Amino acid sequence: MIPLLRAAAIGWLLLSAAAFPAVAEPPFITVASTTSTEESGLFGYLLPAFTKETGIDVRVVAVGTGQALKIGERGDCDVVFVHDRPAELAFLEHGFGIDRREVMYNDFVLIGPASDPAHVDRGTDIVAALRKIADAKAPFVARGDDSGTSKAELRFWKEAGLDPRTIGAGWYRDTGSGMGPTLNTAAAMDGYTLSDRGTWLNFKNRQNLKIVVQGDRRLFNQYGVMLVNPARYPSVKQDLGYKFINWLTSPAGQKTIADYKINGEQLFFPDAKPATG
Amino acid sequence: MHDIANALVAAWQLVLSGDPTLLGIVSLSLGISLTAVFLASCIGLPLGAALAIAPFPGRNAAIVVVNALMGLPPVVVGLVVYLALSRSGPLGGLGLLFTPAAMVIAQVILVTPIVAAVARQIVEDLWREYAELYLFDGVSRVRTICSLLWLGRFSLTTAVLAGAGRAVAEVGAILIVGGNIAGVTRTMTTAIALETSRGDLALALGLGIILLALIFLINGTAHFAGQAVKRVAP
Repeated sequence: MIPLLRAAAIGWLLLSAAAFPAVAEPPFITVASTTSTEESGLFGYLLPAFTKETGIDVRVVAVGTGQALKIGERGDCDVVFVHDRPAELAFLEHGFGIDRREVMYNDFVLIGPASDPAHVDRGTDIVAALRKIADAKAPFVARGDDSGTSKAELRFWKEAGLDPRTIGAGWYRDTGSGMGPTLNTAAAMDGYTLSDRGTWLNFKNRQNLKIVVQGDRRLFNQYGVMLVNPARYPSVKQDLGYKFINWLTSPAGQKTIADYKINGEQLFFPDAKPATG
Repeated sequence: MHDIANALVAAWQLVLSGDPTLLGIVSLSLGISLTAVFLASCIGLPLGAALAIAPFPGRNAAIVVVNALMGLPPVVVGLVVYLALSRSGPLGGLGLLFTPAAMVIAQVILVTPIVAAVARQIVEDLWREYAELYLFDGVSRVRTICSLLWLGRFSLTTAVLAGAGRAVAEVGAILIVGGNIAGVTRTMTTAIALETSRGDLALALGLGIILLALIFLINGTAHFAGQAVKRVAP
């Protein structure tokens, strides 16, 4: 009986061990980035190209911009790749990151139900559209998670001279979640929400939702990349991190970004400036 | 109904395709959870047995603590392990954050109280029955614990399976400490969370069906293995 139990324990251990791939690890960097780059499918297309060229694996932790910057602040990644310019500049200023480079932009779109209770469809003015939604007290689903999209949305409300957190009782829903879950909620509630175009294009559970407002210049959404400050965290893989940043902003990386399309539609527009040295 | 039919189709197609990504995710899930359950059993079974038989001051308080810890919120455990393993935390030098090892640590913390609490109850019942024998023979505490655990081995499978159920199904803790990195720390549950947020509900539910099937497989194997062993040596 004892041997049987021992055999079971050994079998269990072997099974556990076999489940972990026992291959030698290639060099890798950890990148904290946003849900929009992951959920839009861009990374699934972009990163294999980088790995193929350099042999460096990129491990992406995809969270909101606020949380991604926090991961960088604590030294838990090598590179931060996010979209909230003011927060990125503050990150640099506090000495958490160095060498910010702009990589690409995409745009935000206002998503709403086909029934369009606030009558904002085919608009091109995001601020006017938000005012109409507030007037109609139409359901609006907000990220509320300190992400780049959330901060952009709150900036637009501010420009409209409205504070949804005080006037929004009953129609402004703060979900505190990522873009995908927020779109799921909007689809279920027939609500309006602000999304980045990439996540929207890659989103499958649309139900009655569609794009109602787009093309406003204020909806422009800039992505930046930074190295976590190696002087602060010696664990940061400086050389590998720079290889990634340099590749993203190189002609090869920029072309790969431009080539990523869903149904023939380009999602991200590269706009890196040539390296200043 | 339509959604569920789609999910069943998605699950079936995934299994049939033998997709290497799916295989990787499944084996990582099993590897992390089985390792965690093994370690948690090594700690939890003796701990539960000790709580059952050792009279010491504060024993009742200790039992309440262990029972209460069965309800540890995974997100809280995830957060605490995250802060401990972070480069800015006390164990940052190990560089374990966002690795499978970090996920095992979080799950050991979650699973150990479950194994210990259930084991305590089972061993206590045995102890009530046999205490006099052990005391009369003057068997040492350690040997008593080993002997009682052996005596209760079939019932104790339930303690281990309860722990395994928690580990395989858990998402809150491993999402935080693992980071859901594709190919490195993406498990069944974190993949389901990701596909849900992408709005690919059929694929998410399809993965869920595969996960459920695995849980049935683990429990079925344990049950019938137990039966077979009992037949050989009742």
